[in-house]
Amino acid sequence: MFAYIVRRMFQSVIVLLVVGLVAFSMFRFVGDPIDNMLGQERTQADIDRLRTELGLDQPFVLQYAKFLKGAAQGNFGVSYRQGRPVSTILLERAPATLELAFVSGFLAITMGIALGVFTAIRRQGMAANVIMTVSLIGVSLPTFLIGILLIYIFSVELDLLPSFGRGETVMIGKWSTGFLTTSGLKALILPAITLGLYQMTLIMRLVRSEMLEVLRADYVRFARARGLSDRVINFRHALKNTLVPVITITGLQLGSIIAFAIITETVFQWPGVGLLFINAIQFVDIPVMAAYLMLISVMFVTINLVVDLLYYAIDPRLRVDARAT
Amino acid sequence: MSLLTIQDLTVEFPTRRQLFTAVDHASLSVEPGEIHGLVGESGAGKSTIGAAVMGLLERPGRIASGQIKLGGDQISGIDAEAMRELRGKKISMIFQDPLTSLNPLFTVREQLVETIQTHLGGSEAEANKRARDLIDRVGIPDPDTRLDQYPHQFSGGMRQRVVIALALCTEPDVIIADEPTTALDVSVQAQILDLIKELAQERQVGVILITHDMGVIADTTDRVTVMYAGKVVESGTTAQVMGQPQHEYTRSLIAAVPRPTLKLHRFPQISYGGRETRFAVEDMARHWPKVNNDASKQLFEIRNLTKKFLQKRGLLPWDRTYFTAVDDVSFDIRAGEVFGVVGESGSGKSTVARMIAGLYPVDGGSITFDGQLVSDLGNRAVQDEYRKNIQMIFQDPYSSLNPRMRVDEIVAEPIRHHRLMAGSDIRRRVDELLDQVGLGSGAGLKYPHEFSGGQRQRISIARALATQPRFLICDEPTSALDVSIQAQILNILKDLQEHLGLTMLFISHDLPVVRQMCDRVAVMKQGQIVETQDTSDLFLRPKTEYAQELLRLMPKLDDLSTDGLGVEEE
Repeated sequence: MFAYIVRRMFQSVIVLLVVGLVAFSMFRFVGDPIDNMLGQERTQADIDRLRTELGLDQPFVLQYAKFLKGAAQGNFGVSYRQGRPVSTILLERAPATLELAFVSGFLAITMGIALGVFTAIRRQGMAANVIMTVSLIGVSLPTFLIGILLIYIFSVELDLLPSFGRGETVMIGKWSTGFLTTSGLKALILPAITLGLYQMTLIMRLVRSEMLEVLRADYVRFARARGLSDRVINFRHALKNTLVPVITITGLQLGSIIAFAIITETVFQWPGVGLLFINAIQFVDIPVMAAYLMLISVMFVTINLVVDLLYYAIDPRLRVDARAT
Repeated sequence: MSLLTIQDLTVEFPTRRQLFTAVDHASLSVEPGEIHGLVGESGAGKSTIGAAVMGLLERPGRIASGQIKLGGDQISGIDAEAMRELRGKKISMIFQDPLTSLNPLFTVREQLVETIQTHLGGSEAEANKRARDLIDRVGIPDPDTRLDQYPHQFSGGMRQRVVIALALCTEPDVIIADEPTTALDVSVQAQILDLIKELAQERQVGVILITHDMGVIADTTDRVTVMYAGKVVESGTTAQVMGQPQHEYTRSLIAAVPRPTLKLHRFPQISYGGRETRFAVEDMARHWPKVNNDASKQLFEIRNLTKKFLQKRGLLPWDRTYFTAVDDVSFDIRAGEVFGVVGESGSGKSTVARMIAGLYPVDGGSITFDGQLVSDLGNRAVQDEYRKNIQMIFQDPYSSLNPRMRVDEIVAEPIRHHRLMAGSDIRRRVDELLDQVGLGSGAGLKYPHEFSGGQRQRISIARALATQPRFLICDEPTSALDVSIQAQILNILKDLQEHLGLTMLFISHDLPVVRQMCDRVAVMKQGQIVETQDTSDLFLRPKTEYAQELLRLMPKLDDLSTDGLGVEEE
C-alpha cells in the first residue's frame, strides 16, 4: 500500500513536470506580451529592455526552469496585466470558481446517480425512456449553447434569474462567498446547471449501464432467490457494486468541472479563475497562464490519486492483506 | 403427499418470430429428504424448470400451462410479493458458480444476517448466532473469523459451502441446486455432494439436483428425471434409470459417458435426434507430411521446469513475494503418444502447457523439442520453426476464437503468420480444412457466434491443424462441452493421433476422460509432479497416496448400463 502511494506520487511529479514543459513551449505561439504592455509610443529600445527584464529573450526551457524555481518557493511571479502577484489574484478568484464547481458537481453526482438508478430499475417504463431521450440533449448540446438558452428563457423572457455575475458576496476571512445572500444564490443557479448538466447526463448514463450489468450478475440472482426485497437488492447489493467503476469516471469529471468552468464563466461573466485565464490568454499574461495550468494539473493528479485510493476503500478484493485461503 | 409436485409444466419464451417452448409438459415430484436428479444436455430445459419453481423465469418467459405445488399449495401463478415470501423461506436455490454467486463487497456475516432477518425477523444477536451455527454446520473451520471475511478470501469449495449456508438460512423445504459442483474440483465436488446428501437427510429437505454430469447423478441422487429438448424422456429410481435405461436417448447419453474402468477404442456417439458430423481424417492424412514416429525416441525432454508468479508487488525487491506455480517439473513425451497431465485447479498443469507453448517464459529449467532447445524465447529462428510444429486447443471454445474475425480468417491466420502459402492456395487450404473437420467450406464466411460449442471446438481444431503441426497441446479441450459433443471431439482427437501421427499433451481434471485418451499420465499437485505412470497402471495400481485419493473421489459409474459400448475390457 505504502509502496503504491510512493510510486503514484513519483509518477504524479513526472506528469506535472511534463505538463509544465509542454505549456511553456506553447506560450511563444500565443502572442507577444510586450505588444500589449507598452503603449503606442514605444521604441525598439523599450521593447528590448522590457524583454530582457522579463526574461523573455531566453529559451523556453530556461524560462520554465525559472518558473519552477519560483513555484517551489511559492512565488508564481507577477501578472503582466495587473502588476500584482499571481498568487494573490488566484486566491481572490478561486472562491467563485470553487463554489460554482462544488454546487454543480454536487448536482451532477446526486442527480446523476439517482436518475441512473431509476432508469436502470424501471428500464421498460415510460418515465425512464423520456429521461433517457432528454439526456441526449445534455450530452450533445455544447455548454455555451445551453448557457445562452438558459439565459434567454430565465433571464430575458421570464426575468426570474440574473444573467451574469455573482450577485452580492460576503467576505468570510479571505473567502468571498455567494452562499449567504439571496442574490448570490440566485446568481448561482443558471451557471451551476449549465456547468453540471453534461456531467450529470454522463454520470446518469454510466450508472444506468453499470447497474443493468450488475443486475444481471449471479449474486443478484442469488439474492433474489433468497427472497430479499427489491429495495435491498437494488440499493444495497446492486448500487454498491455499480459505484466501483463509476467512481473513476466521476472523479475525472469533477476535475473537468473545475477545468472547463472557463466556458461557463465566460458566458455568465462569472468572476472566477476560468474567466481570469481567458483574459490572461488575450493579454498573453504568461505568469497567470502558467500558474493556472499547473494548478489544474495538480488538481487532476490529486483527484486521480484519491480515486484510486477510494477503490481500495470500497472494494475489499483490492486490499493487499486480503489473500484467498 | 409429495413435498414438491410439478405437473404438466410448460414454459414458453415468446420471441419476435416464434414461440420457443423451453419446457414441454414436464412432470416430476420430490419427497422430503430425497435428492431428485434432473439430467440432460444444455438446452434441455432443466434449469428452466428450476427457475420456474423459484418464480424467477427471465422475461419474457412464462408458465403456459401446468401446476407447481409445494406441500399441497399451488405456487405457480401466485403474485410476486407472495412468491418473494416463499423464496428463501420455503424454497432455496444453489447456483453453479460459487465465485460469482456471492456479492463481493459484503462480508459473509452481512449476507447471512441480512437473509435471516428478512425471513425470520428477530434481533441481530439471534441472527448472528444462527449465522455462526450455519457456517459451522456446513463445515467451515474457525467460523468466528471466517464470518467477517469477504467472499474472495474463500476458496471455491468453501465459497460453495457459504452459498449452501445461505440457502439453508431459513430452513427451506426444498432446495434447487443448479449444477452446484460443475465449477469445482473432483475432491471438492465429492465433499460438497456429501454435504448436500447429509443435509437433505438431516433436515428432510427435498433437493432437485440439476446437472449434466452422469457421475454426480449416479453417486448422489435417489431418483432421476432425464430431459431432452424440453421433454421428460424418462424418470425413475437412479439405479433403474442408470442400470436399465428404457429410452433410446437415455441409453445413448449413458453410453457416451467416459468410464474410468473401461478403456474404449472409440466413444459411442449419441445417435438420438441428430447425426454425427463427418470428420474426414483420412483425407487429411493424404496430404499430411509423413512423420516417422519412432516410439523409442523422445519428442520432448522437459527438465526442471519452474515458473514463479509475482504475488505481492513491492517497491523493494525483498518486499515482493512470489508464488511458485510450477516447481522443478521434469518429464518426457515420446513421439506419437498422448501424454496426460491431471491435477486439481491450481496444480500448475495449464502453466506447464503454456510454457511448452512458449506463452510464458520459463523461470528455470529447459524444454527440448526433437533435440533442439526451445525454452530460450530469444532465438527467433528456432522459435519460428518450433511454433509451426506445435499448436494449441483451448478449453473455452467461446473465448478462444476472436468474435470479430470471420472463420476463414481465423483458420488462415497461422498459415499467413508462418508464410506457408500465398494467395489462392491459402483459401483452398482453409476450405479443405473446414470441410475435413465437418463444417463444410461455406462455414468460412460466417462468424464464430453462429456456431455451437462443439462446432467452435472444431474450428479451433482446424486452426490448430492449419500449420500441419507435429504436436498438439489440448488444455481441457472438452470440459466446457456436453457429454455427446465431448464424445465427438475426443473421437476426432483420437483419429488425429492415429492417422496423422500427432503427439499430444492432454491436460484435464477429468480422470475418466484421461483414461480414455492418454497413453501415459503425470499427476500434478501444487506445482509438482507426484507420479508419472502408464495410464492403465495408474488407474489400477496408483503408487502415491495423492493419486489414490484422486481415484477414490472420482465418481465410480459402476452402476451405469454398458449397453452399446462394444466393451473391450483390459
